[in-house]
Amino acid sequence: MSAITGTAHAHTAHEHHELGFVRTYIFSTDHKMISRQFLFLGLLMMILGGVLALIVRWQLAWPETAVPGLGSILKETGGILEPSTYNMAFTMHATIMIFFVVMPILAGSFGNFCIPLMIGARDMAFPFLNMLSFWVTATAGVIMLTGFFVEGGHAAAGWTSYVPLSAVTAYTGVNWGQNIWCISLFIMGVGSMMGSINYITTIINMRAPGMHLFRMPLVVWSLFITAVLLLLALPVLTSGVAMLLFDRTLGTSWFRPSGGGEPLLWQHLFWYFGHPEVYILILPAMGIASEILPVFSRKPIFGYHAMAFSMIGIAFLSWIVYGHHMFVSGMNPSLGMAFMVSTMIIAVPSAIKTFNWLGTLWGGRIQFKVPMLFALGFVSMFVIGGLSGIFMASTPVDIYIQDTYFIVAHIHYVVFGGSIFGAFAAIYFWFPKMFGRMTNPALGHLHFWGTFIFFNWVFFPMHIIGVGGQMRRIYNPMQYEFLQHQQHWNVFMTYGALLLGAAQILFAINFLWSLFAGRKAPLNPWNSTTLEWTAASPPPHLNWGPTLPTVYRGPYEYSDPEAADDYLPQSQPPARAGARARGH
Amino acid sequence: MLDWWLPENVSTYGRDIDWLFHLIYYITGITAILVFATMLAFLVMYKDRPGRRARYTHGNTTLEIVWTVVPSLILVILTFLSAPAWSKIKIQAPPASDVVVQVTAKQFNWQVTYPGADGTFGTADDKTHLDEMHVPVNKVVHVRLRSQDVIHSFFVPQFRMKQDAVPGREIVQWFEATKPGKYELPCAELCGFGHSGMRGWIYVHTPDDYQKWAAENLTAAVAPAAADEKKSEETKPAPPAAAKGGKAKR
Repeated sequence: MSAITGTAHAHTAHEHHELGFVRTYIFSTDHKMISRQFLFLGLLMMILGGVLALIVRWQLAWPETAVPGLGSILKETGGILEPSTYNMAFTMHATIMIFFVVMPILAGSFGNFCIPLMIGARDMAFPFLNMLSFWVTATAGVIMLTGFFVEGGHAAAGWTSYVPLSAVTAYTGVNWGQNIWCISLFIMGVGSMMGSINYITTIINMRAPGMHLFRMPLVVWSLFITAVLLLLALPVLTSGVAMLLFDRTLGTSWFRPSGGGEPLLWQHLFWYFGHPEVYILILPAMGIASEILPVFSRKPIFGYHAMAFSMIGIAFLSWIVYGHHMFVSGMNPSLGMAFMVSTMIIAVPSAIKTFNWLGTLWGGRIQFKVPMLFALGFVSMFVIGGLSGIFMASTPVDIYIQDTYFIVAHIHYVVFGGSIFGAFAAIYFWFPKMFGRMTNPALGHLHFWGTFIFFNWVFFPMHIIGVGGQMRRIYNPMQYEFLQHQQHWNVFMTYGALLLGAAQILFAINFLWSLFAGRKAPLNPWNSTTLEWTAASPPPHLNWGPTLPTVYRGPYEYSDPEAADDYLPQSQPPARAGARARGH
Repeated sequence: MLDWWLPENVSTYGRDIDWLFHLIYYITGITAILVFATMLAFLVMYKDRPGRRARYTHGNTTLEIVWTVVPSLILVILTFLSAPAWSKIKIQAPPASDVVVQVTAKQFNWQVTYPGADGTFGTADDKTHLDEMHVPVNKVVHVRLRSQDVIHSFFVPQFRMKQDAVPGREIVQWFEATKPGKYELPCAELCGFGHSGMRGWIYVHTPDDYQKWAAENLTAAVAPAAADEKKSEETKPAPPAAAKGGKAKR
């Protein structure tokens, strides 16, 4: 460890002042710049993913009518979606949101930002690899975008790309779109591997003096566990998409029954990656909520160890629950029984976390600042998303609700209500440190209430139409007699979706305006205890001056009756006299 | 309110599924209400007010044990309650059949084949109907599910029945309908651009009506039916590579 920090020191001496524009802003090895790059990548892609979602919603509410603004793109149809275009829209909505929005923002951006700053390291263990990780991911993103411009359109077999539908061009009419989908995700998988190995190494080796594992902030714990899952899960997807690409282009038959392949093998590989992936998306948000709730309740987190161990428990269990995506797939139904047991059990650590979050609020001094609102929004939406999961865990009930809008509601409560709310909480919380400026609280409040209300407006009724039987991924619900009576819900939800989209404009304004004209941020605007708030806002290259902070206590010492202030920073020495004199 | 809920159930095991659905609905509903009520109460009670200090506590082991054990117990019980229905519907050998049909899914139709007068599939008197299945009420029907191209999913909302059709294998499912009528049979797994609208009908007949229908459609003279089938064979799109996998396994 000292060797690594030693080298970092040596670097400061001769490199710090000489970095040109390119090395500072583009091919930067500074974890904070890479963090910002990941954030911008994710937010830009979120615009595209969101627009695709609105297109899907428009079609569902007013089937086969011209989508406003699409007339110039879909010239032959005058803006009306064809079924193949519709399939492409929801496939790419999910692909982009999962791989190029939530993962870059939560794991990429906040992983990069929080880990070194919160464990007291000067940078990642492998700064060059870190830079490579971003540029590989960004390349994958650009390649993914090219798929929209090839003949036959982009991938249209769902983000799960079930074979043989995705394996044989004739079944969808999509040729290079699906190939590009595979190639892009392959490259993304390589980038994610670089990031995860870096996170793990950094957390294990580069913690500041006194930063024991159980003094680490929970967000660092969550990112550590996420990195382990990324390291072990993503390669399975990477190999899977490579096999799919070989089936499509080289004539292999991993998945095509005509050549002796097995279609269910793809599902096993995909979900063996896919379920840990769900936790990759949600664990960092859990960590973020665990970070923000204590700060704005002015209380220690309730049950720190239970919180850490429940995340570890989720990580272990996440490997043995994936079969619940395949209860009616034709997989041996006896396996379904085993996966039902494990899936029921994985609900327990999530319940523990929820109760501990409530425990953290109990007796607190709750301040409704914008990050806190989003963290509370995260907890409540995650409760709904978690509880609706129990319906699917029960195999007989899953027979009915599998592949209906109930599942769509569930995944959006977890990934939007969970991960995206967590991402917004994190952006508002760390914006002052990341960019050195405060965001506008009034706009932030409006953004929160708009997002919270319209989110529920859009996604809660999906439970209802799902229970009514509406299948996911259908182009036009009005083609089915048993669904026609609930079409008004589809119209209702689409109005909500448009408003939800509009509410995000407030965020864009706030973000961009604050970036350039926001009030200068003080060192520690939220009176928080963790190490990142002892560095300048924004922190300079290598984060701290000549000496690294030393850690004396856990991360959530708020309202200690023996302390004068209502918070005790982790780096504040216990001795009375030295405490005030130190540093800032 | 009715159109806010599950469609009417008309199958025997659908009752078991609905019962579990309602049980989980009440358990999760009550849990959600309790959690949200607690949360709201805390947010109101512990809103920041000048002069008050937050309670300094790091947790409580008894509480941790309680809220680990109680959900675990509920979930274990739920598992035990769910297991018999799953076993009955999917694991155990299906009850003896009164009617056997073979359903071969393809983009974007359900091909429903009856064995004809000789009672065996694969003979000249097999009768195939497109997107139409006729079954008697209160009889166990076996569905031999196949696919000749991609994965489809045989979904009958009113029967609470769903099973993917996987190319390369035959999966036997069963149901027993309890009420005569005409029920939709959508495909529930994305199967291509025609996925939406891939839909058949299941006609559940009274015993008399079924006999009548069978007499007219299943035991009629061989020749026209065979010709009929040949024709439908020809109109199929060029069979993708997967087609010959249909007879594998089992």
